[in-house]
Amino acid sequence: MSGQGMNLTLRVWRQANQNEKGEFRFYHLNNVSEHMSFLEMLDVLNEQLNKLGEEPVAFDHDCREGICGMCSLMINGQAHGPDNETTTCQLHMRRFRDGDTITIEPWRAKAFPIIRDLVVDRTSFDRVMAAGGFVSVNTGNAPDANCLPVPKPDQEKAMDAAACIGCGACVAACKNASAMLFTSAKVSQMAMLPQGKPERARRVLKMVAQMDEEGFGSCTNTSECEAACPAGISVDNIARLNREYLKAVVFSDEGV
Amino acid sequence: MFKVADAPLDGRVPDGPIAEKWDNRKNELKLVSPNNKRKYEIIVVGTGLAGASAAASLSEMGYKVKSFCFQDSPRRAHSIAAQGGINAAKNYPNDGDSVWRLFYDTVKGGDYRAREANVYRLASVSGSIIDQCVAQGVPFAREYGGLLSNRTFGGAQVSRTFYARGQTGQQLLLGAYSSLMRQVGEGGVTMMPRREMLDLIVDDGVARGIVCRNLKTGEFETHTAHAVVLATGGYGNVFYLSTNAKGCNVTAAWRCHRRGAYFANPCFTQIHPTCIPVSGDYQSKLTLMSESLRNDGRVWVPKSADDKRAPNEIPEADRDYYLERRYPAFGNMVPRDVASRAAKERCDAGFGVGESRQAVYLDFKHAIERDGEDVIRSKYGNLFHMYHKITAENPYQVPMRIYPAVHYTMGGLWVDYNLQSSVPGLFVLGEANFSDHGANRLGASALMQGLADGYFVLPYTVGDHIGKHGTKLKKLGDDHPAVQEALESASSRVKSILAVNGTRSPDSIHRQLGQIMWDKCGMARNAAGLQQAAKEIRELRDVFWNEVKVLGTGESFNQNLELAGRLADFLEFGELFAIDALHREESCGGHFREEHQTEDNEARRDDDKFCYAAAWEFQGVGEQPVLHKEPMEFNEVALSTRSYK
Repeated sequence: MSGQGMNLTLRVWRQANQNEKGEFRFYHLNNVSEHMSFLEMLDVLNEQLNKLGEEPVAFDHDCREGICGMCSLMINGQAHGPDNETTTCQLHMRRFRDGDTITIEPWRAKAFPIIRDLVVDRTSFDRVMAAGGFVSVNTGNAPDANCLPVPKPDQEKAMDAAACIGCGACVAACKNASAMLFTSAKVSQMAMLPQGKPERARRVLKMVAQMDEEGFGSCTNTSECEAACPAGISVDNIARLNREYLKAVVFSDEGV
Repeated sequence: MFKVADAPLDGRVPDGPIAEKWDNRKNELKLVSPNNKRKYEIIVVGTGLAGASAAASLSEMGYKVKSFCFQDSPRRAHSIAAQGGINAAKNYPNDGDSVWRLFYDTVKGGDYRAREANVYRLASVSGSIIDQCVAQGVPFAREYGGLLSNRTFGGAQVSRTFYARGQTGQQLLLGAYSSLMRQVGEGGVTMMPRREMLDLIVDDGVARGIVCRNLKTGEFETHTAHAVVLATGGYGNVFYLSTNAKGCNVTAAWRCHRRGAYFANPCFTQIHPTCIPVSGDYQSKLTLMSESLRNDGRVWVPKSADDKRAPNEIPEADRDYYLERRYPAFGNMVPRDVASRAAKERCDAGFGVGESRQAVYLDFKHAIERDGEDVIRSKYGNLFHMYHKITAENPYQVPMRIYPAVHYTMGGLWVDYNLQSSVPGLFVLGEANFSDHGANRLGASALMQGLADGYFVLPYTVGDHIGKHGTKLKKLGDDHPAVQEALESASSRVKSILAVNGTRSPDSIHRQLGQIMWDKCGMARNAAGLQQAAKEIRELRDVFWNEVKVLGTGESFNQNLELAGRLADFLEFGELFAIDALHREESCGGHFREEHQTEDNEARRDDDKFCYAAAWEFQGVGEQPVLHKEPMEFNEVALSTRSYK
């Protein structure tokens, strides 16, 4: 481990609750090891704040290995920071330099209201899922797992889409705060699999309707979402959602 | 340090041959008619594999369900981080697998400390789990013919592990979560995220509800129901550093323990052999590298302790593939407890690698030469990526450095065959209970157990409780004394934490607790160390209640207050852990007592004295707990010394 760590200036969004006005506050943090994860760096900041009698910075996190999707953070204007396909919890301080000023903000979107500091409410995603992100199969109904073969390329594509961790970076990165990448990942996964076929029209219509109701914006095809996505979800899924949606509207009985 | 109850504890295992027990029990269970189910409410705490699958299934059956989790969404539960796979006795590879073999491997892997009948049921429903998950759209790995693919995991000589890249837990959880959200959408489940359960409401000896704190607003809430289902995971974070998510905690289970639920075998803790080693004192958690990697990676250290060469410069002749050397039959695929101890043995003997010397190599050189980098990438790409991110080393070129870390807890709240705790009406599922893995869990069996409990066991057995008692259980109002007492107890505890106003952060005290646990209750334990640990934990508990500093109020989103509350419970639980480890004068599975080992350092069990589950009854903080023994009887799998040589 290197002897002398980095000295950093942190510009952190502080907001007591949804109704109070927020502001940036500056903090200095010395001797930060390059081997620390970004969240461990915030742990050290919070330990320092606690000692000084200032309430620690609230931020969401849980698994700290890039899979639960609970961590977030806009770091210098980039969702989950500068690395590709990396969540904030997997970002390490070796990515920063001594003397840097780092700006840390919450996800900003109408459908993700701020709870405190860097913590936002993402239950809108759950409601989009509740609208149609499932196969309607009750426990005990299932036929043998091998009764329906699935071509390996389809399964691989379904898995690529299913890898979404539901963090919301796509929404935060989008100038319209659109949830199209999130929603399309689930629609695509199910559309690629025979198990998802019976409900595919109904699913896409309901999920898109719920997405609109939650206040997410429209897609502008700028692909910022894909660039920000820590799980490597491709915008091809959005194209597939659009095709699914069109087919559902034009050809299905579920059409609007 | 403890008292012993006179009567043995009865696991209420059904009669009949092992293969018929579950059917026999199902035939005896009371049913609740479809029209009546909607009159009954069930609380499910936790939304991991066990909790989400239970909540979804109960709602599909018609019960009114309330589902609680401390995270912002049920999809975050830590089941999501399970990587390698899920076992099932499908025998698709035609390699001789069967329900009996899965049962046998699990009982043996658990070092003969699990309840046979439970394990048999687990193995027998394992196939239905895969069916259910595939029907939900879980994209398991497939062969080119379109059928499901399998791989091998530790402790087995057949390929029975189904997987979805290195993200099997994620895909299974998202499957269960999608079923849960479907029920939320249809109105059968009320979802309550960002709630922490802080107490169990018990009226007339029966579990009737919970007290929780709304973490967003700080408000206390009481919820009553006809049954309470706890699926709140394990207690590995008592060690501070573990592979668990930061939020994992023992609070809900411990609060139930304080209300009368026995806690069984807390000392049975799994130390996983393949984790990324600790790198600094700021470290907040440890990251697992899936056991599946041992299918293709070979574990080694240099033959000479003085070998300072970079790993790729060390020729074959100077490498000690110690697992292959010591255990030729299973090689790198020995069970986790065996692999972890072997790594510790090499490091303690001075052969460890890396800066800290507390690591061994996991090397993919031969696999990459054999199969090509693309094949290895397709199997483990996300794990290699994760390793690279954390260590800044490329495992395609340099061997991984790994070391054991706390991973899974086999102990948990004691449950009978119906998964009901010693408090009627309180059911416990998944990692939170103690029942199926004995003293050591085999890889790819946690996902199996969580989903077996939630999809295929609890939905039947909870009906028996409701069928028998439902009509007698009158609705408890907010002003009921049992509700008021639990609410008062939970809220006054939070107030006392805030009132300490000392100088130490909860995190700093938690790290100290973790160090005590790792040093004295970790991979190797002895009587003197365990006694010392119990004493130090008691002292640290006093430090907590005199010196902890939690800023802010209880009426707001306050993460340090959450941490402090969980730590307060860990500080009570840790002492019981040490007492349990001290009382168990044998080595078995994840519990290794230095006094009880063979000449070649293998674990020495004592079946004459310790072939039982130790279920502890709470008597008060700092008071001597009462030990209830449930004898473990082995009628199908003969008790024998585990050998993987």
